[in-house]
Amino acid sequence: MFSLSNSKKVLRRSAIASSIVITALVSGCSSDNDIATAQFEVTVTNLSNAQPMSPVAVVAHNDQFSSFTLGEPASVSIETLAEGGDNSAYIAEANNDTNVFATASGAGLLMPGASETVDIEVNLAYLGTLSLSAVSMFVNTNDAIVALNSKSLSDMSVDAVQSFNAITYDSGTEANSETADSIPGPAASGGAAEGFNAARDDVRDAVFVHAGVITQDDGLSTSVLTHAHRWDNPSVRIVVERVR
Amino acid sequence: MTTKLRTCFSKSLLALSMVASSVSLAHATDFTVEVENLTRGVYFTPLAVAAHPDGTSIFQAGDAASTEVQAMAEGGDISGLETLLTSIGATQANNPAAGLLAPGASATSSLNTDGTANTLLTVVAMMLPTNDGFIALNSIDIPSDAGTYTYYANAYDAGTEANDEVVGSGAPGVAGFPAPGPVGAATGTGASGISATAEGFVHIHRGVLGDTNSTGGVSDIDSAVHRWLNPIAKITITVN
Repeated sequence: MFSLSNSKKVLRRSAIASSIVITALVSGCSSDNDIATAQFEVTVTNLSNAQPMSPVAVVAHNDQFSSFTLGEPASVSIETLAEGGDNSAYIAEANNDTNVFATASGAGLLMPGASETVDIEVNLAYLGTLSLSAVSMFVNTNDAIVALNSKSLSDMSVDAVQSFNAITYDSGTEANSETADSIPGPAASGGAAEGFNAARDDVRDAVFVHAGVITQDDGLSTSVLTHAHRWDNPSVRIVVERVR
Repeated sequence: MTTKLRTCFSKSLLALSMVASSVSLAHATDFTVEVENLTRGVYFTPLAVAAHPDGTSIFQAGDAASTEVQAMAEGGDISGLETLLTSIGATQANNPAAGLLAPGASATSSLNTDGTANTLLTVVAMMLPTNDGFIALNSIDIPSDAGTYTYYANAYDAGTEANDEVVGSGAPGVAGFPAPGPVGAATGTGASGISATAEGFVHIHRGVLGDTNSTGGVSDIDSAVHRWLNPIAKITITVN
């Protein structure tokens, strides 16, 4: 059900880049000199014990884009991703942002210990300011997201590799009740397992570093979670290789 | 501890004499340090923000805390640290928040180390509510080139007081933690206390336990408000 190792999905927003690639294919030309895009493989590894990750949203952008600002309220698209794992609004917003070069999404849930590689292709002209962000929900939580924030890939050469460790943030949009009715992940089976809810009822309506889940094993009687659902930082590893 | 401090002091004198001739452009002299509290519900007491000489530090993980660090970590009192840092020629811009730094809040210190040998930066403050937890960025190299540099600080346990998690005293060696103003508004009362002993050495804090009972239970700390995971603070150095 979750064999994701071969799944790759690329959403290019640049019509120009797309047409250039198509032209290259039609003419059968394989020379690097004629390819106007750089290609990156972004491999995401879930480092948690029992927190499946919602489909990972990957955004290639210049140095002017950010998914969220620590200490500021999360956007509704981040709230939607953080509470229900749905990255479509976040990706749509990114695709409409002039600072964004390309976006991609993981194919499905990324299970604990699993890795998935998504491809990102950007015009060579963008390499100078190229940066990477990635966001995904830890689905056995109320509104936790693992996120990589605007890491520079500036001027990476072909075959170069960069590795990043990312941490978990609390989007601050939903109270961390840890109930089966409010958590969308598999740990909440039997409850309403609600995803997005427009209410903002966390201790702080701001993105902050997640404090971890309390769980029923540590005295939160309303929690459907157990010790197995806890995690520590770093929560996810992201390895970027420029393959072309 | 006294011996250790003396060693640090003599090292700093040596460092002073060695770099005195090349100090002018060798490192940043004019910079700001912004500290942002990344937690959901933990307050920071007045921050000590100090540039100090190579080879000096106010604590080391694994070692016992000095009485100055103990006073900071148990009660938020940085006067002892200030005196200690002054004695080694440090450049200080302490307490930029003029009191508690609330969750999500930021405060900025401006430092100018022109004419000094102060190439390292240390930032510490007690975390409330904890018995002797403190945030620390310990003796990092101050960048040389103009620009903006980001660091993330972790939470340490000073190891000087048992983590009983009961509201009590901020005095060194006296049980419990102080709960001034907004801290007291979110902490509980009447907890029986967690059985614990002072660990005896500085280490990465294991976190607080807390509970969900505000008028009893084992802890006066609220597990849904006051827990954290590292990093606990974002520290931005801007070199002018």
